[in-house]
Amino acid sequence: MDAELSILVFDENTVRAAIIEAGLREAGHTKVATVTELVGLVRRIETLQPDVIVVDLENPNRDQLEHFFQVSRSVKKPIAMFVDRSDSSAIREAVEAGVSAYVVDGLRKERVKPILDMAVSRFNAVHRLNCELEQARSQLAERKLIDKAKGILMRRRGLSEPEAYRLLQRSAMNENRRIADVARSLISASSLLGDL
Amino acid sequence: MPLDVVHAGYLPLLDSASLVVAVRLGFAERYGLDLKLHRERSWATVRDRMSVGHFDCAQMPAPLPIAMSLSLGPLNTETFAPMVLNTGGNAVTVGNEVAAALKDEAPTDQSPAAIGAALRFAVARLSERKGRQIRFAVVHRFSCHNYDLRYWLAACGIRPDTDVEITVVPPSLMPEALSSGQIDGFSAGEPWNTIAVRNGAGAIVATKAEIAPNSPEKVLGTSRAFVDDRRDVCERLIKCLLEAGQWCDALENRPALAELMAEARHVAVDETHLMPGLTGELETAPGERRIVGSFLSFSCQGNRPDAGYARWLYRQMMRWGHGRADPTAASIVEKVYQPSVFGTATSADQAPSAGPTATFEPLRFSLFDDGRSNLLSK
Repeated sequence: MDAELSILVFDENTVRAAIIEAGLREAGHTKVATVTELVGLVRRIETLQPDVIVVDLENPNRDQLEHFFQVSRSVKKPIAMFVDRSDSSAIREAVEAGVSAYVVDGLRKERVKPILDMAVSRFNAVHRLNCELEQARSQLAERKLIDKAKGILMRRRGLSEPEAYRLLQRSAMNENRRIADVARSLISASSLLGDL
Repeated sequence: MPLDVVHAGYLPLLDSASLVVAVRLGFAERYGLDLKLHRERSWATVRDRMSVGHFDCAQMPAPLPIAMSLSLGPLNTETFAPMVLNTGGNAVTVGNEVAAALKDEAPTDQSPAAIGAALRFAVARLSERKGRQIRFAVVHRFSCHNYDLRYWLAACGIRPDTDVEITVVPPSLMPEALSSGQIDGFSAGEPWNTIAVRNGAGAIVATKAEIAPNSPEKVLGTSRAFVDDRRDVCERLIKCLLEAGQWCDALENRPALAELMAEARHVAVDETHLMPGLTGELETAPGERRIVGSFLSFSCQGNRPDAGYARWLYRQMMRWGHGRADPTAASIVEKVYQPSVFGTATSADQAPSAGPTATFEPLRFSLFDDGRSNLLSK
Protein backbone atom coordinates (compact mmCIF):
# COMPACT_ATOMS: atom_id res chain seq x y z
CA MET A 1 0.00 0.00 0.00
CA ASP A 2 1.15 3.52 -0.75
CA ALA A 3 2.39 5.62 2.13
CA GLU A 4 -0.03 8.33 3.12
CA LEU A 5 0.46 11.64 1.34
CA SER A 6 1.52 14.67 3.32
CA ILE A 7 -0.42 17.74 2.25
CA LEU A 8 0.25 21.39 3.09
CA VAL A 9 -2.33 24.12 2.53
CA PHE A 10 -0.87 27.65 2.27
CA ASP A 11 -3.61 30.27 2.13
CA GLU A 12 -3.67 33.71 3.74
CA ASN A 13 -7.45 33.46 3.84
CA THR A 14 -7.76 31.59 7.15
CA VAL A 15 -11.41 30.65 6.66
CA ARG A 16 -10.79 29.15 3.24
CA ALA A 17 -7.68 27.35 4.51
CA ALA A 18 -9.77 25.75 7.26
CA ILE A 19 -12.44 24.72 4.76
CA ILE A 20 -9.87 23.07 2.49
CA GLU A 21 -8.23 21.29 5.41
CA ALA A 22 -11.61 20.02 6.65
CA GLY A 23 -12.38 18.73 3.16
CA LEU A 24 -9.09 16.86 2.99
CA ARG A 25 -9.65 15.29 6.38
CA GLU A 26 -13.18 14.24 5.40
CA ALA A 27 -11.65 12.58 2.37
CA GLY A 28 -9.54 10.47 4.73
CA HIS A 29 -6.24 12.37 4.69
CA THR A 30 -4.70 12.67 8.11
CA LYS A 31 -1.36 14.27 7.29
CA VAL A 32 -2.73 17.72 6.51
CA ALA A 33 -1.21 20.98 7.73
CA THR A 34 -2.29 24.57 7.18
CA VAL A 35 -0.14 27.69 7.05
CA THR A 36 -1.76 31.11 6.74
CA GLU A 37 1.27 33.36 6.77
CA LEU A 38 4.73 33.35 5.28
CA VAL A 39 6.52 33.54 8.61
CA GLY A 40 7.72 30.08 9.47
CA LEU A 41 6.53 28.58 6.17
CA VAL A 42 9.97 27.39 5.09
CA ARG A 43 10.56 25.61 8.38
CA ARG A 44 7.15 23.95 8.17
CA ILE A 45 7.91 22.73 4.66
CA GLU A 46 11.25 21.37 5.81
CA THR A 47 9.75 19.45 8.74
CA LEU A 48 6.59 18.26 6.96
CA GLN A 49 8.26 17.35 3.65
CA PRO A 50 4.87 17.66 1.90
CA ASP A 51 4.07 15.72 -1.26
CA VAL A 52 1.43 18.22 -2.29
CA ILE A 53 1.27 21.94 -1.54
CA VAL A 54 -1.97 23.78 -2.27
CA VAL A 55 -1.60 27.57 -2.68
CA ASP A 56 -4.16 30.21 -3.64
CA LEU A 57 -3.36 32.14 -6.81
CA GLU A 58 -3.84 35.47 -5.05
CA ASN A 59 -0.98 34.69 -2.72
CA PRO A 60 1.75 37.34 -3.17
CA ASN A 61 4.41 34.89 -1.95
CA ARG A 62 4.18 32.44 -4.85
CA ASP A 63 7.32 33.76 -6.58
CA GLN A 64 9.28 33.34 -3.36
CA LEU A 65 7.83 29.88 -2.80
CA GLU A 66 8.74 28.68 -6.31
CA HIS A 67 12.26 30.03 -5.84
CA PHE A 68 12.51 28.10 -2.59
CA PHE A 69 11.43 24.87 -4.33
CA GLN A 70 14.07 25.42 -6.98
CA VAL A 71 17.04 26.08 -4.72
CA SER A 72 16.28 24.22 -1.50
CA ARG A 73 18.34 21.18 -0.68
CA SER A 74 16.37 20.43 2.45
CA VAL A 75 13.09 19.37 0.84
CA LYS A 76 11.76 16.99 -1.73
CA LYS A 77 11.21 19.19 -4.73
CA PRO A 78 7.54 19.84 -5.39
CA ILE A 79 8.11 21.56 -8.71
CA ALA A 80 5.58 20.05 -11.03
CA MET A 81 2.53 22.24 -10.75
CA PHE A 82 0.21 19.52 -11.91
CA VAL A 83 0.90 15.86 -12.20
CA ASP A 84 -0.28 15.58 -15.73
CA ARG A 85 0.42 18.63 -17.83
CA SER A 86 -1.51 17.14 -20.71
CA ASP A 87 -4.71 17.37 -18.70
CA SER A 88 -5.24 20.97 -19.75
CA SER A 89 -8.89 21.12 -18.74
CA ALA A 90 -8.01 20.20 -15.15
CA ILE A 91 -5.31 22.87 -15.14
CA ARG A 92 -7.69 25.45 -16.57
CA GLU A 93 -10.33 24.52 -14.01
CA ALA A 94 -7.88 24.96 -11.15
CA VAL A 95 -6.58 28.32 -12.36
CA GLU A 96 -10.13 29.53 -12.90
CA ALA A 97 -11.01 28.51 -9.35
CA GLY A 98 -7.90 30.35 -8.10
CA VAL A 99 -5.91 27.34 -6.91
CA SER A 100 -2.40 26.32 -7.71
CA ALA A 101 -0.80 23.16 -6.48
CA TYR A 102 2.78 22.03 -6.37
CA VAL A 103 3.29 18.32 -6.44
CA VAL A 104 6.43 16.31 -5.87
CA ASP A 105 7.62 14.97 -9.18
CA GLY A 106 6.78 11.39 -9.96
CA LEU A 107 3.66 11.14 -7.86
CA ARG A 108 0.99 9.03 -9.55
CA LYS A 109 -1.84 10.96 -11.13
CA GLU A 110 -4.60 8.86 -9.52
CA ARG A 111 -3.33 9.81 -6.09
CA VAL A 112 -3.20 13.53 -6.66
CA LYS A 113 -6.23 14.13 -8.87
CA PRO A 114 -8.82 13.68 -6.04
CA ILE A 115 -6.90 16.16 -3.86
CA LEU A 116 -6.87 18.77 -6.61
CA ASP A 117 -10.52 18.17 -7.47
CA MET A 118 -11.46 18.63 -3.84
CA ALA A 119 -9.43 21.85 -3.55
CA VAL A 120 -11.01 23.21 -6.73
CA SER A 121 -14.55 22.45 -5.62
CA ARG A 122 -13.99 23.96 -2.18
CA PHE A 123 -12.39 27.07 -3.66
CA ASN A 124 -15.42 27.45 -5.91
CA ALA A 125 -17.77 26.94 -2.97
CA VAL A 126 -16.00 29.62 -0.93
CA HIS A 127 -16.16 31.95 -3.93
CA ARG A 128 -19.91 31.34 -4.33
CA LEU A 129 -20.43 32.04 -0.65
CA ASN A 130 -18.52 35.31 -0.91
CA CYS A 131 -20.59 36.31 -3.93
CA GLU A 132 -23.80 35.59 -2.07
CA LEU A 133 -22.56 37.58 0.90
CA GLU A 134 -21.60 40.46 -1.36
CA GLN A 135 -25.00 40.30 -3.01
CA ALA A 136 -26.77 40.34 0.36
CA ARG A 137 -24.68 43.34 1.39
CA SER A 138 -25.47 45.29 -1.75
CA GLN A 139 -29.16 44.40 -1.46
CA LEU A 140 -29.16 45.80 2.05
CA ALA A 141 -27.41 48.95 0.87
CA GLU A 142 -29.96 49.34 -1.94
CA ARG A 143 -32.86 48.95 0.43
CA LYS A 144 -31.42 51.77 2.51
CA LEU A 145 -31.16 53.98 -0.59
CA ILE A 146 -34.78 53.28 -1.50
CA ASP A 147 -35.93 54.08 2.04
CA LYS A 148 -34.08 57.37 1.91
CA ALA A 149 -35.57 58.26 -1.47
CA LYS A 150 -39.03 57.38 -0.20
CA GLY A 151 -38.48 59.70 2.75
CA ILE A 152 -37.59 62.56 0.42
CA LEU A 153 -40.72 62.00 -1.70
CA MET A 154 -42.90 61.76 1.38
CA ARG A 155 -41.55 65.06 2.69
CA ARG A 156 -41.49 66.98 -0.58
CA ARG A 157 -44.71 65.75 -2.10
CA GLY A 158 -46.72 64.80 0.93
CA LEU A 159 -47.05 61.16 -0.18
CA SER A 160 -47.68 58.12 1.95
CA GLU A 161 -44.99 55.47 2.04
CA PRO A 162 -46.71 53.07 -0.40
CA GLU A 163 -47.40 55.98 -2.76
CA ALA A 164 -43.76 57.07 -2.63
CA TYR A 165 -42.64 53.53 -3.41
CA ARG A 166 -45.08 53.22 -6.33
CA LEU A 167 -43.81 56.52 -7.75
CA LEU A 168 -40.22 55.25 -7.63
CA GLN A 169 -41.31 51.98 -9.17
CA ARG A 170 -43.18 53.72 -11.98
CA SER A 171 -40.28 56.02 -12.91
CA ALA A 172 -37.96 53.03 -12.85
CA MET A 173 -40.23 51.22 -15.30
CA ASN A 174 -40.64 54.26 -17.54
CA GLU A 175 -36.93 54.94 -17.68
CA ASN A 176 -36.06 51.28 -17.88
CA ARG A 177 -33.78 51.55 -14.84
CA ARG A 178 -33.53 49.77 -11.53
CA ILE A 179 -35.42 51.25 -8.57
CA ALA A 180 -32.18 51.58 -6.60
CA ASP A 181 -30.65 53.62 -9.44
CA VAL A 182 -33.66 55.94 -9.59
CA ALA A 183 -33.44 56.31 -5.80
CA ARG A 184 -29.74 57.15 -6.05
CA SER A 185 -30.38 59.86 -8.69
CA LEU A 186 -33.20 61.30 -6.63
CA ILE A 187 -31.02 61.49 -3.52
CA SER A 188 -28.15 63.18 -5.32
CA ALA A 189 -30.46 65.64 -7.14
CA SER A 190 -32.15 66.40 -3.91
CA SER A 191 -28.86 66.99 -2.13
CA LEU A 192 -27.78 69.37 -4.93
CA LEU A 193 -31.01 71.28 -4.41
CA GLY A 194 -30.31 71.49 -0.71
CA ASP A 195 -33.19 69.38 0.45
CA LEU A 196 -31.35 67.06 2.83
CA MET B 1 -17.59 50.47 -34.21
CA PRO B 2 -17.40 48.10 -31.27
CA LEU B 3 -14.10 48.15 -29.42
CA ASP B 4 -11.80 45.12 -29.53
CA VAL B 5 -11.53 43.59 -26.09
CA VAL B 6 -7.97 42.87 -24.92
CA HIS B 7 -7.29 41.15 -21.60
CA ALA B 8 -3.97 42.16 -20.06
CA GLY B 9 -2.43 40.94 -16.81
CA TYR B 10 -0.19 43.23 -14.79
CA LEU B 11 1.35 43.78 -11.37
CA PRO B 12 0.71 47.06 -9.54
CA LEU B 13 4.22 48.47 -10.03
CA LEU B 14 5.46 51.90 -11.10
CA ASP B 15 6.49 50.54 -14.50
CA SER B 16 2.97 49.36 -15.29
CA ALA B 17 2.31 53.09 -15.83
CA SER B 18 1.90 53.01 -19.61
CA LEU B 19 -0.74 50.26 -19.35
CA VAL B 20 -2.62 52.13 -16.63
CA VAL B 21 -2.41 55.45 -18.49
CA ALA B 22 -3.58 53.81 -21.72
CA VAL B 23 -6.80 52.83 -19.99
CA ARG B 24 -7.36 55.71 -17.61
CA LEU B 25 -6.61 58.56 -19.99
CA GLY B 26 -8.52 57.11 -22.92
CA PHE B 27 -5.61 56.20 -25.24
CA ALA B 28 -6.91 52.63 -25.59
CA GLU B 29 -10.35 53.73 -26.66
CA ARG B 30 -8.92 56.03 -29.30
CA TYR B 31 -7.18 53.03 -30.82
CA GLY B 32 -10.43 51.08 -30.82
CA LEU B 33 -9.46 48.95 -27.84
CA ASP B 34 -11.32 47.97 -24.72
CA LEU B 35 -8.20 47.21 -22.71
CA LYS B 36 -9.15 45.24 -19.61
CA LEU B 37 -6.39 45.24 -16.99
CA HIS B 38 -6.25 42.34 -14.55
CA ARG B 39 -4.22 43.10 -11.46
CA GLU B 40 -2.28 40.15 -10.08
CA ARG B 41 -0.09 39.70 -7.04
CA SER B 42 2.73 37.51 -8.34
CA TRP B 43 4.49 36.84 -11.65
CA ALA B 44 3.71 33.17 -11.07
CA THR B 45 0.01 33.94 -11.38
CA VAL B 46 0.53 36.19 -14.43
CA ARG B 47 2.39 33.26 -16.02
CA ASP B 48 -0.29 30.70 -15.06
CA ARG B 49 -3.22 32.79 -16.26
CA MET B 50 -1.35 33.56 -19.47
CA SER B 51 -0.70 29.83 -19.92
CA VAL B 52 -4.35 28.82 -19.61
CA GLY B 53 -5.42 31.57 -21.99
CA HIS B 54 -7.05 34.05 -19.59
CA PHE B 55 -4.91 36.88 -20.96
CA ASP B 56 -4.10 38.01 -24.49
CA CYS B 57 -1.03 39.74 -23.16
CA ALA B 58 0.61 40.78 -19.92
CA GLN B 59 3.28 43.01 -18.48
CA MET B 60 6.28 40.74 -17.85
CA PRO B 61 9.88 41.01 -16.69
CA ALA B 62 11.97 40.86 -19.88
CA PRO B 63 13.36 37.32 -19.22
CA LEU B 64 9.94 35.76 -18.44
CA PRO B 65 8.65 35.25 -22.02
CA ILE B 66 11.97 33.53 -22.80
CA ALA B 67 11.67 31.29 -19.72
CA MET B 68 8.05 30.48 -20.59
CA SER B 69 8.87 29.67 -24.21
CA LEU B 70 11.67 27.39 -22.96
CA SER B 71 9.29 25.72 -20.43
CA LEU B 72 11.52 26.59 -17.50
CA GLY B 73 8.66 27.11 -15.03
CA PRO B 74 5.91 24.86 -13.68
CA LEU B 75 3.27 26.01 -16.21
CA ASN B 76 4.21 27.37 -19.60
CA THR B 77 3.12 28.42 -23.01
CA GLU B 78 4.88 29.84 -26.04
CA THR B 79 5.13 33.56 -25.34
CA PHE B 80 6.32 36.46 -27.46
CA ALA B 81 7.58 39.93 -26.67
CA PRO B 82 6.54 42.20 -29.57
CA MET B 83 7.25 45.36 -27.55
CA VAL B 84 9.41 46.59 -24.69
CA LEU B 85 7.29 48.54 -22.20
CA ASN B 86 10.09 50.37 -20.42
CA THR B 87 13.81 50.56 -19.85
CA GLY B 88 15.51 51.20 -16.51
CA GLY B 89 13.53 51.79 -13.33
CA ASN B 90 15.45 49.48 -10.98
CA ALA B 91 18.13 50.08 -8.40
CA VAL B 92 20.26 48.13 -5.97
CA THR B 93 19.84 49.11 -2.33
CA VAL B 94 22.03 47.79 0.49
CA GLY B 95 21.32 47.78 4.21
CA ASN B 96 23.10 50.08 6.66
CA GLU B 97 25.78 47.55 7.60
CA VAL B 98 26.80 46.95 3.99
CA ALA B 99 26.55 50.69 3.28
CA ALA B 100 28.91 51.46 6.17
CA ALA B 101 31.38 48.76 5.11
CA LEU B 102 31.21 50.13 1.58
CA LYS B 103 32.01 53.63 2.81
CA ASP B 104 35.07 52.29 4.66
CA GLU B 105 36.41 51.06 1.32
CA ALA B 106 36.19 54.64 0.01
CA PRO B 107 35.05 54.01 -3.58
CA THR B 108 36.69 56.45 -5.99
CA ASP B 109 33.37 57.55 -7.49
CA GLN B 110 29.70 56.56 -7.83
CA SER B 111 30.09 54.50 -11.00
CA PRO B 112 28.98 50.84 -10.91
CA ALA B 113 32.60 49.77 -11.50
CA ALA B 114 34.00 51.80 -8.58
CA ILE B 115 31.14 50.91 -6.23
CA GLY B 116 31.37 47.27 -7.27
CA ALA B 117 35.12 47.14 -6.65
CA ALA B 118 34.56 48.51 -3.14
CA LEU B 119 31.57 46.24 -2.58
CA ARG B 120 33.73 43.19 -3.24
CA PHE B 121 35.88 43.95 -0.21
CA ALA B 122 32.97 45.16 1.90
CA VAL B 123 31.07 41.91 1.26
CA ALA B 124 34.13 39.78 2.02
CA ARG B 125 34.83 41.54 5.31
CA LEU B 126 31.20 41.61 6.39
CA SER B 127 30.48 37.95 5.64
CA GLU B 128 33.59 36.98 7.57
CA ARG B 129 32.48 39.06 10.54
CA LYS B 130 28.95 37.65 10.41
CA GLY B 131 30.04 34.10 9.73
CA ARG B 132 27.50 33.75 6.93
CA GLN B 133 26.86 34.74 3.34
CA ILE B 134 25.57 38.23 2.62
CA ARG B 135 22.03 37.85 1.34
CA PHE B 136 20.57 39.82 -1.57
CA ALA B 137 16.95 39.62 -2.71
CA VAL B 138 15.48 40.02 -6.18
CA VAL B 139 11.82 40.01 -7.20
CA HIS B 140 11.81 36.91 -9.37
CA ARG B 141 14.22 34.34 -10.70
CA PHE B 142 13.45 35.27 -14.33
CA SER B 143 13.75 39.04 -13.86
CA CYS B 144 16.23 41.68 -14.98
CA HIS B 145 16.64 42.53 -11.31
CA ASN B 146 18.21 39.13 -10.91
CA TYR B 147 20.33 39.05 -14.07
CA ASP B 148 21.49 42.68 -13.87
CA LEU B 149 22.48 42.20 -10.23
CA ARG B 150 24.31 38.93 -10.97
CA TYR B 151 26.01 40.44 -13.98
CA TRP B 152 27.20 43.44 -11.98
CA LEU B 153 28.32 41.45 -8.93
CA ALA B 154 30.20 38.90 -11.04
CA ALA B 155 31.85 41.62 -13.10
CA CYS B 156 33.12 43.13 -9.86
CA GLY B 157 34.51 39.85 -8.59
CA ILE B 158 31.64 38.83 -6.31
CA ARG B 159 30.41 35.35 -7.22
CA PRO B 160 26.61 35.00 -6.92
CA ASP B 161 25.51 31.76 -5.20
CA THR B 162 29.06 31.38 -3.78
CA ASP B 163 30.15 34.67 -2.19
CA VAL B 164 26.60 35.95 -1.77
CA GLU B 165 23.20 34.31 -1.59
CA ILE B 166 20.45 35.58 -3.88
CA THR B 167 16.89 34.94 -2.76
CA VAL B 168 13.42 36.08 -3.88
CA VAL B 169 11.15 38.52 -2.01
CA PRO B 170 8.06 40.35 -3.37
CA PRO B 171 9.04 43.97 -4.20
CA SER B 172 6.67 45.68 -1.76
CA LEU B 173 8.15 43.65 1.11
CA MET B 174 11.78 44.59 0.32
CA PRO B 175 12.07 47.68 2.59
CA GLU B 176 10.70 45.73 5.55
CA ALA B 177 12.90 42.70 4.84
CA LEU B 178 15.94 45.01 4.71
CA SER B 179 15.19 46.91 7.92
CA SER B 180 14.45 43.70 9.83
CA GLY B 181 17.75 42.18 8.71
CA GLN B 182 16.24 39.26 6.77
CA ILE B 183 18.22 40.47 3.76
CA ASP B 184 21.35 42.63 3.43
CA GLY B 185 20.48 44.21 0.11
CA PHE B 186 18.06 44.00 -2.81
CA SER B 187 17.52 44.77 -6.45
CA ALA B 188 14.00 46.04 -7.16
CA GLY B 189 12.03 48.66 -9.03
CA GLU B 190 10.98 51.96 -7.62
CA PRO B 191 9.54 53.13 -5.22
CA TRP B 192 10.88 50.33 -3.01
CA ASN B 193 14.46 51.64 -3.05
CA THR B 194 13.34 55.17 -2.18
CA ILE B 195 11.10 53.88 0.60
CA ALA B 196 13.91 51.79 2.08
CA VAL B 197 16.20 54.85 2.11
CA ARG B 198 13.52 57.10 3.59
CA ASN B 199 12.82 54.50 6.30
CA GLY B 200 16.49 54.69 7.23
CA ALA B 201 17.01 51.06 6.24
CA GLY B 202 19.82 51.53 3.72
CA ALA B 203 21.35 53.28 0.73
CA ILE B 204 20.94 53.08 -3.05
CA VAL B 205 24.32 52.07 -4.52
CA ALA B 206 23.65 51.31 -8.19
CA THR B 207 20.96 51.60 -10.84
CA LYS B 208 19.92 49.51 -13.81
CA ALA B 209 20.22 52.61 -15.98
CA GLU B 210 23.98 52.60 -15.24
CA ILE B 211 24.68 48.86 -15.07
CA ALA B 212 22.78 47.99 -18.25
CA PRO B 213 21.95 51.26 -20.05
CA ASN B 214 19.04 51.16 -22.52
CA SER B 215 18.18 47.60 -21.63
CA PRO B 216 14.57 46.40 -21.46
CA GLU B 217 12.95 46.01 -18.07
CA LYS B 218 9.32 45.01 -18.62
CA VAL B 219 8.02 43.77 -21.93
CA LEU B 220 4.57 43.16 -23.34
CA GLY B 221 4.31 39.38 -23.28
CA THR B 222 1.74 38.00 -25.70
CA SER B 223 0.31 34.65 -26.66
CA ARG B 224 0.91 33.27 -30.14
CA ALA B 225 -2.81 33.58 -30.90
CA PHE B 226 -2.72 37.29 -30.12
CA VAL B 227 0.23 38.02 -32.43
CA ASP B 228 -0.87 35.67 -35.22
CA ASP B 229 -4.68 35.76 -35.29
CA ARG B 230 -5.27 39.29 -34.01
CA ARG B 231 -2.29 41.01 -35.45
CA ASP B 232 -4.17 44.20 -36.26
CA VAL B 233 -5.34 44.48 -32.64
CA CYS B 234 -1.82 43.75 -31.40
CA GLU B 235 -0.42 46.50 -33.63
CA ARG B 236 -2.98 49.00 -32.37
CA LEU B 237 -2.14 48.03 -28.80
CA ILE B 238 1.54 48.70 -29.47
CA LYS B 239 0.78 52.12 -30.95
CA CYS B 240 -1.52 52.90 -28.06
CA LEU B 241 1.10 51.92 -25.47
CA LEU B 242 3.77 53.96 -27.26
CA GLU B 243 1.56 57.03 -27.12
CA ALA B 244 0.71 56.37 -23.47
CA GLY B 245 4.44 55.93 -22.82
CA GLN B 246 5.20 59.28 -24.40
CA TRP B 247 2.62 60.85 -22.12
CA CYS B 248 4.27 59.16 -19.11
CA ASP B 249 7.71 60.44 -20.13
CA ALA B 250 6.66 64.08 -20.59
CA LEU B 251 8.15 65.97 -17.68
CA GLU B 252 5.06 68.12 -17.19
CA ASN B 253 2.89 65.00 -16.72
CA ARG B 254 5.00 63.43 -14.02
CA PRO B 255 3.16 64.92 -11.00
CA ALA B 256 -0.18 63.77 -12.47
CA LEU B 257 1.33 60.36 -13.22
CA ALA B 258 2.62 60.09 -9.65
CA GLU B 259 -0.85 60.91 -8.35
CA LEU B 260 -2.47 58.30 -10.61
CA MET B 261 0.00 55.52 -9.82
CA ALA B 262 -0.14 56.26 -6.07
CA GLU B 263 -3.80 55.16 -5.97
CA ALA B 264 -4.75 52.23 -3.79
CA ARG B 265 -5.51 50.02 -6.79
CA HIS B 266 -2.06 50.62 -8.27
CA VAL B 267 1.17 51.05 -6.30
CA ALA B 268 -0.70 52.15 -3.15
CA VAL B 269 2.01 54.35 -1.65
CA ASP B 270 2.27 58.07 -0.94
CA GLU B 271 2.81 59.86 -4.26
CA THR B 272 5.90 61.66 -2.92
CA HIS B 273 7.62 58.25 -2.90
CA LEU B 274 7.06 57.92 -6.67
CA MET B 275 8.68 61.18 -7.79
CA PRO B 276 12.36 60.14 -7.42
CA GLY B 277 11.78 57.12 -9.68
CA LEU B 278 9.89 59.21 -12.23
CA THR B 279 12.40 62.06 -12.34
CA GLY B 280 15.66 60.16 -11.75
CA GLU B 281 16.50 62.52 -8.88
CA LEU B 282 17.27 59.78 -6.42
CA GLU B 283 17.72 60.13 -2.68
CA THR B 284 20.49 57.60 -2.37
CA ALA B 285 20.99 57.98 1.38
CA PRO B 286 19.69 60.36 4.05
CA GLY B 287 20.74 63.83 2.85
CA GLU B 288 22.41 62.51 -0.30
CA ARG B 289 21.04 62.98 -3.79
CA ARG B 290 22.12 61.82 -7.20
CA ILE B 291 20.59 62.53 -10.58
CA VAL B 292 20.56 59.48 -12.86
CA GLY B 293 19.83 60.23 -16.52
CA SER B 294 17.18 58.03 -18.22
CA PHE B 295 16.55 56.33 -14.90
CA LEU B 296 13.14 55.14 -16.16
CA SER B 297 11.85 55.54 -19.72
CA PHE B 298 8.58 54.36 -21.19
CA SER B 299 9.08 55.72 -24.66
CA CYS B 300 12.53 55.63 -26.09
CA GLN B 301 14.62 53.88 -28.68
CA GLY B 302 14.43 50.78 -26.55
CA ASN B 303 10.76 50.00 -27.25
CA ARG B 304 11.59 47.87 -30.27
CA PRO B 305 12.37 44.30 -29.19
CA ASP B 306 15.94 43.30 -29.93
CA ALA B 307 16.78 39.61 -30.46
CA GLY B 308 20.35 40.44 -29.40
CA TYR B 309 19.12 41.31 -25.95
CA ALA B 310 17.07 38.09 -25.76
CA ARG B 311 20.28 36.20 -26.58
CA TRP B 312 22.11 38.08 -23.84
CA LEU B 313 19.38 37.14 -21.34
CA TYR B 314 19.49 33.52 -22.45
CA ARG B 315 23.26 33.48 -21.94
CA GLN B 316 22.74 34.83 -18.43
CA MET B 317 20.18 32.09 -17.72
CA MET B 318 22.67 29.44 -18.80
CA ARG B 319 25.51 31.13 -16.97
CA TRP B 320 23.69 30.85 -13.66
CA GLY B 321 22.33 27.38 -14.26
CA HIS B 322 18.75 28.52 -14.83
CA GLY B 323 18.46 26.98 -18.26
CA ARG B 324 20.05 24.31 -20.42
CA ALA B 325 22.30 25.10 -23.33
CA ASP B 326 21.09 23.32 -26.43
CA PRO B 327 20.53 24.26 -30.07
CA THR B 328 16.74 23.81 -29.88
CA ALA B 329 16.58 26.26 -26.99
CA ALA B 330 18.73 28.75 -28.86
CA SER B 331 16.42 28.64 -31.88
CA ILE B 332 13.37 29.14 -29.65
CA VAL B 333 15.00 32.18 -28.01
CA GLU B 334 15.58 33.71 -31.47
CA LYS B 335 11.81 33.91 -32.01
CA VAL B 336 10.70 35.38 -28.69
CA TYR B 337 11.74 39.01 -29.23
CA GLN B 338 10.11 39.68 -32.58
CA PRO B 339 10.61 43.12 -34.05
CA SER B 340 8.28 42.48 -37.02
CA VAL B 341 4.94 43.36 -35.37
CA PHE B 342 6.51 46.43 -33.82
CA GLY B 343 7.93 47.33 -37.22
CA THR B 344 4.61 47.25 -39.04
CA ALA B 345 2.85 48.94 -36.13
CA THR B 346 5.20 51.91 -36.23
CA SER B 347 6.11 52.10 -39.91
CA ALA B 348 3.30 54.50 -40.77
CA ASP B 349 4.09 57.16 -38.22
CA GLN B 350 7.12 59.03 -37.07
CA ALA B 351 7.02 58.23 -33.39
CA PRO B 352 10.47 58.61 -31.86
CA SER B 353 10.34 54.93 -30.91
CA ALA B 354 9.93 53.97 -34.54
CA GLY B 355 13.61 54.57 -35.14
CA PRO B 356 16.26 51.89 -35.18
CA THR B 357 16.74 49.73 -32.15
CA ALA B 358 19.07 51.20 -29.58
CA THR B 359 21.92 48.80 -29.17
CA PHE B 360 22.04 47.31 -25.72
CA GLU B 361 25.46 47.73 -24.22
CA PRO B 362 26.00 46.49 -20.71
CA LEU B 363 28.93 48.19 -19.11
CA ARG B 364 32.14 46.35 -19.65
CA PHE B 365 34.00 45.86 -16.42
CA SER B 366 37.57 45.18 -17.32
CA LEU B 367 39.00 45.18 -13.82
CA PHE B 368 37.21 42.22 -12.28
CA ASP B 369 35.52 40.60 -15.22
CA ASP B 370 35.60 36.90 -14.58
CA GLY B 371 35.90 36.19 -18.27
CA ARG B 372 32.76 34.07 -18.36
CA SER B 373 30.28 36.75 -19.21
CA ASN B 374 30.84 36.89 -22.98
CA LEU B 375 28.79 40.01 -23.01
CA LEU B 376 28.10 40.73 -26.60
CA SER B 377 29.77 37.84 -28.31
CA LYS B 378 27.82 36.70 -31.30
